[in-house]
Amino acid sequence: MIFWQLFIAFLEVGALAFGGGYAALPLIEQVVVNRYHWLSLREMTDVVAISQVTPGPIALNAATFVGTRVAGIPGAIIASVAAVLPQTLLLLFLGWFLFHGGRITLIDRALKGLRPGVGGLIGVAAVSMVMASLFTSTAPLAIDFVAVAAFVIVVVLLLKKLDPIKLIAIGAGIGLLGGLVEHLIGA
Amino acid sequence: MSLWQFFFTIFKISGITFGGGYTIVPVIRNEFVVKRNLLSDEEMFDLIALSQSAPGPIAVSTALLTGYKLKGRTGAILGTVAAILPPLLIISVLFFVYESFAANFWVRAALRGMSGAISAIMIFAVYDLSRACLSRYKVFSGVLMLLTFLVGLFTSISTGLIILALGLFGILAFTFIPQERIP
Repeated sequence: MIFWQLFIAFLEVGALAFGGGYAALPLIEQVVVNRYHWLSLREMTDVVAISQVTPGPIALNAATFVGTRVAGIPGAIIASVAAVLPQTLLLLFLGWFLFHGGRITLIDRALKGLRPGVGGLIGVAAVSMVMASLFTSTAPLAIDFVAVAAFVIVVVLLLKKLDPIKLIAIGAGIGLLGGLVEHLIGA
Repeated sequence: MSLWQFFFTIFKISGITFGGGYTIVPVIRNEFVVKRNLLSDEEMFDLIALSQSAPGPIAVSTALLTGYKLKGRTGAILGTVAAILPPLLIISVLFFVYESFAANFWVRAALRGMSGAISAIMIFAVYDLSRACLSRYKVFSGVLMLLTFLVGLFTSISTGLIILALGLFGILAFTFIPQERIP
């Protein structure tokens, strides 16, 4: 039955995709394209393209897209729930230890090593975000002036402690404006 | 903060956070640490660290754990649902028009601006979070942070392994060296 297949397939994606973001991509491709043939490789690239222009994790976007294609909206819901089920169960369990288990010395010590590491990992994410957004290519170096303009304006506004959600919307406005300018000068 | 307010806040954050992965961190932090003072930076770190130890999208894990921390198990489930609803709604609608949408010049233009904005937000978040994390055990934390940054940037070692190594290192260091002697 198709619902059961969708459920099992995305349960596997959800359980094995560590690291988040594009790290999940090869796994999704293997399950969705090679094993079940729900999407062609071309459609898989479309899913990646849509993920780039919509909010939300790529694994959930793929789950919704494939679910809708194979079994309509109920399929999308089943695939999405399956994709987050492993982490939900695991974190409910781990969270119970962290929040109710009192102070467990071992977890406490592990967290002392993890906290600075998480800071470093977010630093890596910030660097790759800057590289991917401000430069259209790295060799030869080409700058995306619209993104740079948004970056600079948002830095100034951040110094004035503006809300990130508003700043993302402002970024979209600057992007549209930049697009308009490029459109008019025919760049 | 009521359950409904919490649900709506996560729903809003998940609906506007492009780029996946860690981009949700500064937005969640601003909402729950800076604006509402419901979590400390240290608690925020613990939630992210724990999110890393589970598979699946980080945004969903962070929403789940924030809910758990603030509202118990009901909050955890609500946080998860609120995090998956926006992509579910958006993609199931876009499914029918996606080719024209993803290739659209104006959509692309807006997105270029948004990614520039998110880059700036991420850099500020790294600065704020580093300061919070260097408040104690300055040398220990600083070295680990720099090391993780370099390994993450220049090698392809998986995040899961890095997290495992950090946890083990924390356990070993604080088990065998007296706490007050760790710089």
